[in-house]
Amino acid sequence: MASKRIAQADRTRCVSCGACMQECPREAICVWKGCFAVVDCALCVGCGMCMRICPADCITLVQREAQA
Amino acid sequence: MKAKQKHWYNYLWIWTIVYFLLGFFNILFAWLGMIDFLLPLCLAIFGGNKWFCNHLCGRSQLFTVLGKKLGCSRQRPAPRWLSSKWFRYAFLIFFLTMFGNILWQTYLVFGGAASLREVVKLFWTFRVPWGWAYTAGTVPDWAAQFSFGFYSLMLTSTLIGLIVMALFRPRTWCGFCPMGSMTQLICKAKQHGKIPQEIQ
Repeated sequence: MASKRIAQADRTRCVSCGACMQECPREAICVWKGCFAVVDCALCVGCGMCMRICPADCITLVQREAQA
Repeated sequence: MKAKQKHWYNYLWIWTIVYFLLGFFNILFAWLGMIDFLLPLCLAIFGGNKWFCNHLCGRSQLFTVLGKKLGCSRQRPAPRWLSSKWFRYAFLIFFLTMFGNILWQTYLVFGGAASLREVVKLFWTFRVPWGWAYTAGTVPDWAAQFSFGFYSLMLTSTLIGLIVMALFRPRTWCGFCPMGSMTQLICKAKQHGKIPQEIQ
């Protein structure tokens, strides 16, 4: 069953350092061409590990339905 | 859950420690830091990615090892302004100006207008005598002057990184790292208006 919440990165504030990518246990987040982090909704389980490591504090957990 | 596969580049934090140790014995090793300076730029310009920041940066790995694995970080969110655009770009400009100053000093020594100063300048302010790490005359004075200047820059930025690592999250430095800002700018310029529909 899919998780209720998933991670979402604020692209305007993401510094594309890749800390989230290193942290993610599911390899559900990657840095798109050095511009910003992108979450794979199908893989993300909303554990929040990326949110807690992000140096720019730009990742939040959102309701799966409410994702932009 | 299966453990992530380890690669050789997961251990580059050792390289960061070795780099600074080498500088204690012979300052000329500071030139090796140019790899950390040019490689991210090359990857961003020709590859259009931040593979260096994402996988190869020994400094960020060191912050992760110390801050996360060894618990030397408070793990608190950093103030927002620290990773805001104006601060990142202001710091980038400041950093490049300071790098330009190193080049200028090197040029002055090269031209004979200034003499070699065997000091490491920390935080662009404090002069630390570092003469033991260089025997005069080994290389042209300008090459040694650049070593002292560049080592100062590398050491200062690592110390700032360690301070913010301890105070906030392990990789807080990445939020305003000048190399990170510069490579992200290049990548964004390359991808301008090309974001595919599926990730928008």
